[in-house]
Amino acid sequence: MAEVERDLATGVQTTGHEWDGIKELNNPLPRWWLLVFYACVIYGLGYTVFYPAWPSLSGYTKGILGYNSHADYYTDAAAAAEGKKQFTDRIETLGVDQISQDPQLLEFSLAGGQAVFNENCAQCHGVGGQGLRFYPVLADDNWIWGGRLADIEQTVRHGIRNADDPEARQSLMPSFGVDGLLDKAQIADVTEYVVSLTGAEFDAAAKDRGAKVFAENCVVCHGENAAGNKELGAPSLTSNIWQFTGDRAAFAAHINAPRHGVMPAWQGRLSDDLIKMVTVYVHSLGGGQ
Amino acid sequence: MTVQDAQPKSLFAAQEKIYPQRVFGKFRLIKWLVLGVLLGLYYVMPWLRWDRGEGVPDQALLVDLPGRRAYFFWIEIWPQEVYYFAGILMLGAFGLFLATALLGRVWCGFTCPQTVWTDLFLFVERWIEGDRNKRIKLDKEPLGVRKIGLKLAKHGVWLLIALLTGGAWAMYFNDAPTLVREFVTGQASSAQYGFIALFTGTTYLLAGWAREQVCIYMCPWPRFQSAMFDERTMLVTYEEWRGEPRGKVKALGAGGEKLGDCIDCGLCHHVCPTGVDIRLGQQLACIGCGLCIDACNGVMAKIGRPTELITYDSLYNQAQRAANLPAKHRFIRPRTMLYAAIIALIGAAMVLSLGTRSRLDVSLQADRSPIFVRLSNGDIQNGYSIKILNMVREDAQYDIKVSGIEQIRLKVIGQPGSLVSVPGDSVGTFRMLLHAPASALSDDSTPIKVTIEDQTTHETSSHDAVFRGPAK
Ligand code: SF4
Ligand code: SF4
Repeated sequence: MAEVERDLATGVQTTGHEWDGIKELNNPLPRWWLLVFYACVIYGLGYTVFYPAWPSLSGYTKGILGYNSHADYYTDAAAAAEGKKQFTDRIETLGVDQISQDPQLLEFSLAGGQAVFNENCAQCHGVGGQGLRFYPVLADDNWIWGGRLADIEQTVRHGIRNADDPEARQSLMPSFGVDGLLDKAQIADVTEYVVSLTGAEFDAAAKDRGAKVFAENCVVCHGENAAGNKELGAPSLTSNIWQFTGDRAAFAAHINAPRHGVMPAWQGRLSDDLIKMVTVYVHSLGGGQ
Repeated sequence: MTVQDAQPKSLFAAQEKIYPQRVFGKFRLIKWLVLGVLLGLYYVMPWLRWDRGEGVPDQALLVDLPGRRAYFFWIEIWPQEVYYFAGILMLGAFGLFLATALLGRVWCGFTCPQTVWTDLFLFVERWIEGDRNKRIKLDKEPLGVRKIGLKLAKHGVWLLIALLTGGAWAMYFNDAPTLVREFVTGQASSAQYGFIALFTGTTYLLAGWAREQVCIYMCPWPRFQSAMFDERTMLVTYEEWRGEPRGKVKALGAGGEKLGDCIDCGLCHHVCPTGVDIRLGQQLACIGCGLCIDACNGVMAKIGRPTELITYDSLYNQAQRAANLPAKHRFIRPRTMLYAAIIALIGAAMVLSLGTRSRLDVSLQADRSPIFVRLSNGDIQNGYSIKILNMVREDAQYDIKVSGIEQIRLKVIGQPGSLVSVPGDSVGTFRMLLHAPASALSDDSTPIKVTIEDQTTHETSSHDAVFRGPAK
C-alpha cells in the first residue's frame, strides 16, 4: 500500500494526483449527501405524479391529488367576498349620501368603485376620469347633469339618451341649421355671441345681433346668462370647459347639427352595491358637488 | 505516483460515526454555562409578558405576522421599519467577524445553536448509553432487548427536547399560553401543527443525527471564516514545537531519543465533537470548542507536565515560542478596530433612529391620470392619495396644510374641512384635491409641501410633492 500522504496545511490526505505541483486533497462527499440527492430526484418525480405537471397534446396530466391553482383561486376569491360582505351588506341598505359620510364605507367604496370604473367606464371616460375626445371629463367641476351624488347615481343607473330606459336622461339640442330653424347669417351671429362668452376676440356688431338670436332660441335651455341648466342637461356656455367644441368653427358646426353623447344604463349590468360604489368614486374624482 | 496508476477511489464515503468522550475542564464548564443561559433564555423568553394596554398582545417578544407588527418589549416595529431587522443582521454579522478575528471560531464552539443543541443531545446520549467506549460497544452489539430499550429511550428523550424546541420557536410568533393550550387540546391550526412538526423534525434530525455533518458539510460559515483570521487571532492550537516528537509515556526519559510532551494518548481526538485530530493543524472541521484543551490539560496534569500543550494561542505566538522568543497577545489590530468601529456605527445609527423615530408618518401619491384638470373657472386642480400612519395607540385628529403655492385650496373627500381622524395603530387613507389659479403656478410643475399636524400633541410630519399644471 502506498504511503498515505498528508497535506501539511490542512492535515487532509491527498489522492496522489498532482498537477504542476498542486496536490489534490481527498475530501470525499459523505454518501448520505448523495442519497439526499437521489431522494430529491424521487421526490421531484413523485411531485409530477401527485400534482398537475406533464403537458400532453390535448392538455396536461391532472395529478392524482386533484389539486390545481384555479380551484385554489376560486376558494380564495370566495373567502375574500365573504370578508367584504360586512361592507357590501351595509352599502346595499344605505344611500350614496350616507355611504360617503361613513369613513369606512367611503374608503371601501373608493377602492372598489375604482375597480368598477376602470373595468366599465374607463373605456370612454379614461382611467381616473380624465375624459377622452367627445367624452366628458369626470374629474372637473363641469357637470351637464349635475355633480351631486344623487345626480351621478341617476346617470350611472339609467344612462344618457339611452332608448332602452325610460328614465334615462334625455336632452336634444335642435339641429338649428340642418332643420332650417336658423339661417346661415343667424348661425354666424349667434356663434359670435358664444365666442364672446369664452373670452376670445369677437366681432362686436355680429355679437350684438347674435345675442338677440340667443335670447330667442337658446335661452330656454341654456339660461339668461348662458350658465346652463342641469335639469335639462343644457351645458353652461360660460365655463372654460367644452365637451365637443371650443373654437368658432366647432361652435358653428354644433349649432348647425349638434352631436349628442350617449351613455348606457348600468342598472341591470352592475349590481346595486357596485353602482353605489362607482358613484361615490366618480363623485370623488375631483368635481363632486 | 501518476494520475494513471492512482488507485480508483470512491467520490463518496460512508459517514464515520463519532463517539465524543466525556471531558472535564474549564472550557467544558464554560460550555455548560453558556448552554444553560442560552437555552434558558430561548425557552423562557416567549413567556415574558409586557403590558401594552387593551386589545394589544401582551407578549414581550412577539412577531405578529398576521397583525403585521413585531413587538420587542417597549419597541414596536411596523412593516416599513424592517430595516431595524436588517440592522440587527448587520450587527450580528460584524459581531461575528470581530469575535472571529479575536478568538477564532468561538461562535461555532460555544454559542451556535447547532453546537448548543448537539451538546445537549450528546449529553442525553451519554446519560442513557454511557460514555464513548460503552457506546462503541453497544453499537457493535447485536440487536437485543437491552440495546433496543436504550435506543428507544434515547430517541424518545431527543424527540421530547426537539418538540419543546420546535414548540418554543412557534411561541415567538403566537401568544405562548394560548398556543400551548390550543396545541394540547387539539385546537391549534393545521399550519401551527405543521410548523411545530417541521421545527421539531429539523431539531431532531440536525442535533441528533447530522451533528458535525452540519458544521463540516452544510454550514456556509466555515467556508470563509478563515478570511477573518490573521496570525494574531487566538485559535485552538496544538503547540507542536513542544509536543513533538510524540511518544508513549514509558519512552520518556528512557535515555534514548528525547521525546516531546505529547504522549500520543489520543484523548484530544476522542473528546472532539467533530472528530478532529487537532495535532494535524488547523482544520475546517475544528469548531474551536476547546474540549481538546481540557482533555489534554487533564493528561498533562496526570503525567506531571506543564498544561496548555493544546491551548488558545495565535500562530504568531506559536512561532515565537518555537523560536524561544517572547510571545504576546495583541487584540488591538487594524482589522479588529475596523470591525469594532463598524459595529459602533451601526449600533449608534440604530439607537439614534429608534430614539428619534416619529410615530407619525405621511405619504402622498399624486394622481397620474388625469395629471391635472382645468375647472370651469379656469383654476387648475390636482388629485392626491394621502396616507397617514398613526403608529401610537390613541386615535388622533390631524390638520392637513399645504404650502408652496399661495392661493392653493385644499379639499379632502368625505370631510368638510382639512381635519381628518385616524384611529390608533392604523393607517388612514384619504383622497385630497388641491386647486389653485393657473396664474399662481410657476410652471408645469410647482413644488409644494404637505404637512399634517396632530391636533393634540402638535407633532408634525410632512411630505414633499409637486403640483402639476399646463406648461407655461
Ligand atoms: S479540535 Fe478541539 S477545539 Fe476543535 S472541535 Fe475538536 S475538540 Fe473542539
Ligand atoms: S491529549 Fe494531549 S497528550 Fe494526548 S494525544 Fe492529544 S495532545 Fe497528545
